[in-house]
Amino acid sequence: MTDLHALPMPKWGMTMTEGTLVDWLVPEGALVEQGQEIAEVETTKIANAVEAPVSGILRRQVAVPGASVPVGGLLGVIGDAETTDAEIEAFVSARVSISAESDDETPAPRLVETVGGPINVLSLGGGAGIPVVLLHGYGGDLGSWMFNVDALASDRPVYAIDLPGHGASPPRAASELADLAKAVFQVCDALSAPRVHLVGHSLGGAVALTIASTKPERAASLVLVAPVGLGREIEAEYLTAFLAADRRRPMKQALGLLFSDPDAVSSDMVEGVLRSKRRDGVPQALAATLEGFFDPASGQTQELRPALSGFDGPVTVIWGDVDGIIPPAHADGLPKTSEVHLVPGAGHMPMMEAASAVNRLLTAHFSSADRSG
Amino acid sequence: MPVKTFRAALNEALHQEMARDPRTIVLGEDITGGKGATGEKDAWGGAFGVTKGLLDAFGEKRVIDTPITESAFVGAAAGAAVTGLRPVAEIMFVDFLGVCFDQIFNQAAKFRYMFGGKAVTPLVIRATFGAGSRSASQHSQALYPLFTHIPGLKVVIPSTPYDAKGLLIEAIRDDDPVIFLENKLLYDTTGDVPDDSYTIPFAEAAVLREGSDVTIVAVGRMVSVAMDAAKALATEGIEATVIDPRTASPLDTETILEMVEETGRLVIVDESNPRCGFAADIAALVAEEAFDVLKGPILKITPPHTPVPYAPNLEDAYLPDAARVIAAVRRVMAHGE
Repeated sequence: MTDLHALPMPKWGMTMTEGTLVDWLVPEGALVEQGQEIAEVETTKIANAVEAPVSGILRRQVAVPGASVPVGGLLGVIGDAETTDAEIEAFVSARVSISAESDDETPAPRLVETVGGPINVLSLGGGAGIPVVLLHGYGGDLGSWMFNVDALASDRPVYAIDLPGHGASPPRAASELADLAKAVFQVCDALSAPRVHLVGHSLGGAVALTIASTKPERAASLVLVAPVGLGREIEAEYLTAFLAADRRRPMKQALGLLFSDPDAVSSDMVEGVLRSKRRDGVPQALAATLEGFFDPASGQTQELRPALSGFDGPVTVIWGDVDGIIPPAHADGLPKTSEVHLVPGAGHMPMMEAASAVNRLLTAHFSSADRSG
Repeated sequence: MPVKTFRAALNEALHQEMARDPRTIVLGEDITGGKGATGEKDAWGGAFGVTKGLLDAFGEKRVIDTPITESAFVGAAAGAAVTGLRPVAEIMFVDFLGVCFDQIFNQAAKFRYMFGGKAVTPLVIRATFGAGSRSASQHSQALYPLFTHIPGLKVVIPSTPYDAKGLLIEAIRDDDPVIFLENKLLYDTTGDVPDDSYTIPFAEAAVLREGSDVTIVAVGRMVSVAMDAAKALATEGIEATVIDPRTASPLDTETILEMVEETGRLVIVDESNPRCGFAADIAALVAEEAFDVLKGPILKITPPHTPVPYAPNLEDAYLPDAARVIAAVRRVMAHGE
């Protein structure tokens, strides 16, 4: 009985149709652990590592470095030592003939009508687990979680949302922190999700903390990724450059500040942000949102440490240790109930820059939060 | 994201701007009537269906069907613009603008300059262009270089439904005369177009693909020709950057130069006439500003310097296609490295 597993080209984000294999990170014949990074793949949006879906031996590297492979196409084959080469050949040719017509049932984000207006939501997963709601940062969109949604959706519903005025969600007249929190309640109501795990990045972290303090019964647990609200310092250059940028070059420069490696920002990522920002009313809404948490003279203006202290549920805080936007030192001195993890080498976007590490932290957080709550 | 045709994207832009700003009007031939129709209003929505539904939504005072006299209604539009309205004039074929060059070149384009900057002329002239529809030499030209040549005019050439909507809204809100040229073979092409209103700034090239070997510059329908060529070249290991300047005037020279600096090779795909044309202009820019990074000759893929032929086999041979682009790229790849 042979046991072969395909290593397919992953789909990171809506627009990805193919990726380029940059290089293998392990040689053919190497023993790999489930979750281990075994290949580096580059898309028009970003480069990232592909993880082994199962433990075993990397029996075959089907794609060669530099090759373009469609989403779902075969990168390699993982199996055991007993499988013969002939069986692997048969597996590869069977797989190649089906991959041509498979995929295409990629879930797409859709506008969900809420009491306060439409909100763009990517819904994945399902089942009885407490749903996860993913909240991106200032100027971001639900694509910030492109490397994380699949890992989380294996045992629960996952909702990645575009906050008002971000991504494909229309701007609203009121767009300060409390208004954004209200928009999250509204979309949870519309999705019939009264109690959720909140995962918030940067400004999304401040939104999660605001919800935890104003409607604690709705937050089962919190994961805060480099959140706004735990200290004064924040890189003003990024905020002002982002708000001012309406063209490719300055936007690329601004977004580069988010990553430890500015080259991680591709033209597609820049184009996506510009497309959102060019919509009527969005620059004004983004300016109002910024004014609600940032003052050029004094930095951050939202003090949310009390919100964190007052929250009873499980809390995990994740920070890139070379974050150039909000210093990881803001994770110092948090209540003992908060579990803090620094991600080595990551900037302000650890969920993209170190997706595997962050996915492991998220999975661990939810399984322990499910047990305790 | 909603998928719409190029035609529907333009129609939506007109609807949204007319609803937003009561000064916006449209005028042109058959835009509320229809030759050969039985007399009902808005039978076609203009010769290419772009203005369909505007009459119902905004009425005859703002959606004006004109006689077949381009010089009269383009002149009327220029006058309306300089006296406070934001007119959008529709010309069926850019070829017909020859009869109103004085209105465009000597009047609209010059008002701001000759009145000491005190006059603004928020005029948009929309027209179809391009060969490939078996319409013969008086209905097939790609005349954007003529307008690009005139200071005071802005020239927009969208290549996708997304760009068509955002650039048309930007054109209507712009305070200068804008020549907005729509390739007639693109009307039924589809793409993602947000329902919301949005604008795309002029002089902002789209970077559609990034590669390290060669930079291909194209506008209008030639963008899809360039993309087809780039995809085919990728299978033989040649990675092309493809950029679409989107506006011929003003021109995003920075992005063109930046991308040529990264690849050292330039191929321009342009369906206008080759002499004193768009491709020649970009070739001259790069030869002057980026000569030191060039690894080989700049190649221009254009039609021959002839009228557009009517015979289908000749018209097909006339237009640049992906095979010619691929051959040109292979030729420049022989230089450098």
